[in-house]
Amino acid sequence: METRTKKVKEQSVKTSVTISGAEAVIKCLLAEGVDLLYGYPGGAIMPVYDELYKYQKELNHVLTRHEQGATHAAQGYARATGKVGVAIATSGPGATNLITGIADAQIDSTPMVCITGQVAEHLLGTDAFQETDIVGISTPVTKWNYQITKASEIPEVFAKAFYIARSGRPGPVLIDITKNAQFEKFEFSYEPCTAVRSYQPVPKLDINAVKEAANLINGAKKPMVIFGQGVILGEAEEEFKTFIEKAGIPSAWTLLGLSALPTSHELNVGMVGMHGNYGPNRLTNECDVLIAVGMRFDDRVTGDLSRYAKQAKVVHFEIDPAEINKNVKANVAVLGNAKESLQGILPYLKDNEHKSWLQEFRDHDAIEFDKVIKKDLYPIKDGLTMGEVIKEINNASEGNAIVVTDVGQHQMIACRYANFNKSKSNITSGGLGTMGFALPAAIGAKMGTPEREVVAVIGDGGYQMTIQELGTILQTKAAVKIVVLNNEFLGMVRQWQQLFFDKRYASTTMTNPDFVAIAKGYHIDAKRVTQREELAGAVSEMMASEEAFFLEVCVEKEDNVFPMIPTGSSVSDVRLS
Amino acid sequence: MSEKQTYTVSIYTENNIGVLNRISAIFQRRHINLESVNVSKSEIRSVSRITLLVRVTEEQIKKIIGQLEKQIEVIKAYYHVDEETVYQESCLFKLRTDLLTENDEIQKVINSSKSRVININKDFFVLEKSGTKEEVEELYHLLNKHGIKQFVRSGRIAITKEEMPVSELLESIKK
Repeated sequence: METRTKKVKEQSVKTSVTISGAEAVIKCLLAEGVDLLYGYPGGAIMPVYDELYKYQKELNHVLTRHEQGATHAAQGYARATGKVGVAIATSGPGATNLITGIADAQIDSTPMVCITGQVAEHLLGTDAFQETDIVGISTPVTKWNYQITKASEIPEVFAKAFYIARSGRPGPVLIDITKNAQFEKFEFSYEPCTAVRSYQPVPKLDINAVKEAANLINGAKKPMVIFGQGVILGEAEEEFKTFIEKAGIPSAWTLLGLSALPTSHELNVGMVGMHGNYGPNRLTNECDVLIAVGMRFDDRVTGDLSRYAKQAKVVHFEIDPAEINKNVKANVAVLGNAKESLQGILPYLKDNEHKSWLQEFRDHDAIEFDKVIKKDLYPIKDGLTMGEVIKEINNASEGNAIVVTDVGQHQMIACRYANFNKSKSNITSGGLGTMGFALPAAIGAKMGTPEREVVAVIGDGGYQMTIQELGTILQTKAAVKIVVLNNEFLGMVRQWQQLFFDKRYASTTMTNPDFVAIAKGYHIDAKRVTQREELAGAVSEMMASEEAFFLEVCVEKEDNVFPMIPTGSSVSDVRLS
Repeated sequence: MSEKQTYTVSIYTENNIGVLNRISAIFQRRHINLESVNVSKSEIRSVSRITLLVRVTEEQIKKIIGQLEKQIEVIKAYYHVDEETVYQESCLFKLRTDLLTENDEIQKVINSSKSRVININKDFFVLEKSGTKEEVEELYHLLNKHGIKQFVRSGRIAITKEEMPVSELLESIKK
């Protein structure tokens, strides 16, 4: 059965009481174990906010400074805790401001429930003040959505929403509630949802497929694993480690798979994809059996599909049947959640090791170190590199921090170089590539896991997309460590302009404000580093702080991220310069 | 790459508001035009059957079926080529009543096309025809020279020749 489902606080409220729809919303959230939600009030959701006021001891509502911030905070919370993140907003612009976060959660399979207020039922379709068809707008980017027009629908719809958001391949669900339904009184009782008749969240494990997969793996001379977020979402980290150790398979991660396996694990061979490591990219086209675990062969992973792993037999462990053969044809598909599938295959696996094959990865690492990593981490030139900032964070965190990244060069550098000992420690916007994700997501991650250090690494571009969430940090005192790597450019786009558009830097230079002054304006301790000798001390000071801390590091303006697989190229053609 | 051809897509869904929107969005996102759409009851109470006609490759339609079945409210989706189904479209023509008395040509067309008059008054009559798209189109051409006042055609509806395994699935849902 679904392990996530089991964790739900199965708190049935069976004795019925007469309450308003708005109060029922709160009771539903409490019954689902929600103690924290992010949002922004407004006209059509005011009855629910009135109840939030009454229930503030049980349910902590965090006022973000923009509804997009609420969704990303809910996502950060979900990614760090594995629980469902909740965001709430009013109708119209409040609702449309949620869309970017919802789309991000959809493509990155993040469990989230969004609640929006809606104009009263009799006003639907009249272009009433702040009326927008949010159910229509959110349909393509939600796992499920529903408009409630009667209070009596609330318990069942909420139960279903949480069940759908967290089960199977997780995703965002939106519930739109008309204002009349919030006011309406009804007999409330609550039953958690355990099944939806038209929905099979986890396909039944087929033992024949498992055996077939085991045969291919056992017979492989050069097997390679690529693991994705499915390992984390399926809480299969231990099973995964046992699996690769038993079969002795070099294992590479996708951007979202990062942290499912400790960085230091001897079989961890780095990242695949556009800015992934040299070895796993090149050797994807040399392995004889490619084993994909909980990943979806995104185009940023595969490069040109017609030249991707054509020599290899492909085994695909996947929870979502629609992902099988979507991009890469699987010789064997093992449908199911990663935990059960990997447990299932273990008895059929031979104890194995592939020393000389693993050595090939290490040989590639040596080349990459020489051509790329050395300059990134141990620069001899004056300008600070993004890589050395991450190295200092590693030194201070010892690999125990959650690292939240935005989108762009800093993201690729952080994911390439950050060390992780624990799962659920890499939080980034992968599929959608949402600039502005990191700051609010870091707030959510910190509030969800207050015992952990949370470091947000952000570029100067993305930072300014949701910089207003410094206000949320000020108000909540969330002790987020913010590192802005400032190169005064939209760096990744500039890199592409340099490489593919003859250095025509169209709209990628940034005239930036005084970030330190802005942070201080929000009463957040802040520091700017421009010289190498200041860096280690500043990072230590930041990490030692008990409160939020802002660190701006002015880095080299026109550094590029390598390795790189240019769009349309094969993984074999990964460039080192 | 396989060639594009016409597929009949049969989708069993919950009868809920917004399901059709969710389904049509899957096609729209992939820049695929829906040739025809029909939504109706199915053999199972409270389960709808959506019948779509699309021209795509087999590779495309297989992936689309996966995306359709992924939707929470979709119970099962199938695709079939014409030979695997028995299918019909229905159409209505509005024509001037005096055409019936002017000559016997219209009467002959009605008889030979196996269409039938379902409503008549002194100004106009309504002709109904069920058949394949080709039969309907042939009739359209025959009538068009006499002047068609209104024409409407339904989406394709189709029954598959083979038992669809969905029947058992739906049976199990019923209880």
